[in-house]
Amino acid sequence: MTKRIFVFGMLIGLGAIFIDLLLSYTPDSALNQTARYYAERTATDLGAANIVAAVIVTYRGLDTLGEVTVLFLTAAILVMVLYRDHGIGINKIPNRFLPPTGEMLGTGSRLLVPLILLMGVYLFANGHLTPGGGFQGGAIIASAVLLLLLTNPNQTFNLQLFSLTESISGIGFVVIGVLGMFFAGGFLDNRIFPIGQLGELFSAGAIPVIYTLIGLKVGAEFSSILVHLSEEKEES
Amino acid sequence: MSGLLSFMSFVICVALVGAAWVAIRSTSLPMAILAAGLVSLLASLMFLILAAPDVAMTEAAIGCGLTTFLFFFVLGRVRGGEHD
Repeated sequence: MTKRIFVFGMLIGLGAIFIDLLLSYTPDSALNQTARYYAERTATDLGAANIVAAVIVTYRGLDTLGEVTVLFLTAAILVMVLYRDHGIGINKIPNRFLPPTGEMLGTGSRLLVPLILLMGVYLFANGHLTPGGGFQGGAIIASAVLLLLLTNPNQTFNLQLFSLTESISGIGFVVIGVLGMFFAGGFLDNRIFPIGQLGELFSAGAIPVIYTLIGLKVGAEFSSILVHLSEEKEES
Repeated sequence: MSGLLSFMSFVICVALVGAAWVAIRSTSLPMAILAAGLVSLLASLMFLILAAPDVAMTEAAIGCGLTTFLFFFVLGRVRGGEHD
C-alpha cells in the first residue's frame, strides 16, 4: 500500500513538472545564436544542402565519432558474449529442424532485399542533400539482412567480410578526420575535398565520403549483431 | 501549426499513450511487443510532423523495425526451449 502511494506521488510530481513546462512554453520567434550560425553559414562554408548532415558530420563530427565508437563497443561486447566456436569456419549447426518458409515470405524477400539494400545505399550516399544519413542507411541495410535471416535462418553469412568492412570504414573515418587537421581547418573538417556546387551529388567535400563510411560501418555492425543473435547456440 | 495538423498530432499522441498502455498491461507477449513497435511507429510520425525527418527515419528503422524483430527473436528462443 505504501508502495502504491509512493508511486502515485512520483507520478503526480512528474505530471506537475510536465504541466509547468507546457504552461511556460513560448515559441521562439527567431533562431538562437548557434542555430543562426549553422543556418546561415552551412551552404556557403561547407556546401551541404542538408544542414542536419553538416552539423552531424562536420560541426559536431567528434560527437558522431563517439557515437560510432559506442556502437562498435556494443557490437564487440555482444559478439564476445555470444560467440561460440563450432569448429573450423562453421558458424552454424547445419540441418537444424525448422518449419518451412511460407511462399509469401520467400518470394517477398527475393523481391524486396535488393530494393531495401538500394534504399539504404541511397540514404547514406545522398545524406548531404536529403534527410537521411549513415546511421539510417546502415540500419536499413541491416534490416535487409534481417529479412534474409527470417527467410532462411540456416543461411551462412561471411562474418569475416562484415568485420573487415567495419574495421576499414572505422579506420577510414578517423584517417579522414586526421587529414582535415593537416589540409583544412581542423579535425573532421570536410573541406579537404573541393566543396563543389551546392545540391550536386559530388559536393560538400568529405561529408558524403564520411557518411558512406558510417553507413557501411553501422550496417556491418548491426548485421553481425543480428547474425550472432540468430545463431544456434545449443551444444546438441 | 495549422488546425488539421494539430488535430492529427493530438490523435497520434492519444494513440501513442494507448499503445504504450497496451504494451505494459497486455497479458500476451507478442501483443505487447507489437504494441511497443506501434509506439515507435507513432513516435516517428510525430517526429515527421514536427519537421525532423532525419530523426523520424532513425526511429522507424531502429525502434520500429530492428527492435521489434529482436524481441521476437528472443521470444522465439525462450519459448522454443522444449524442443529447439
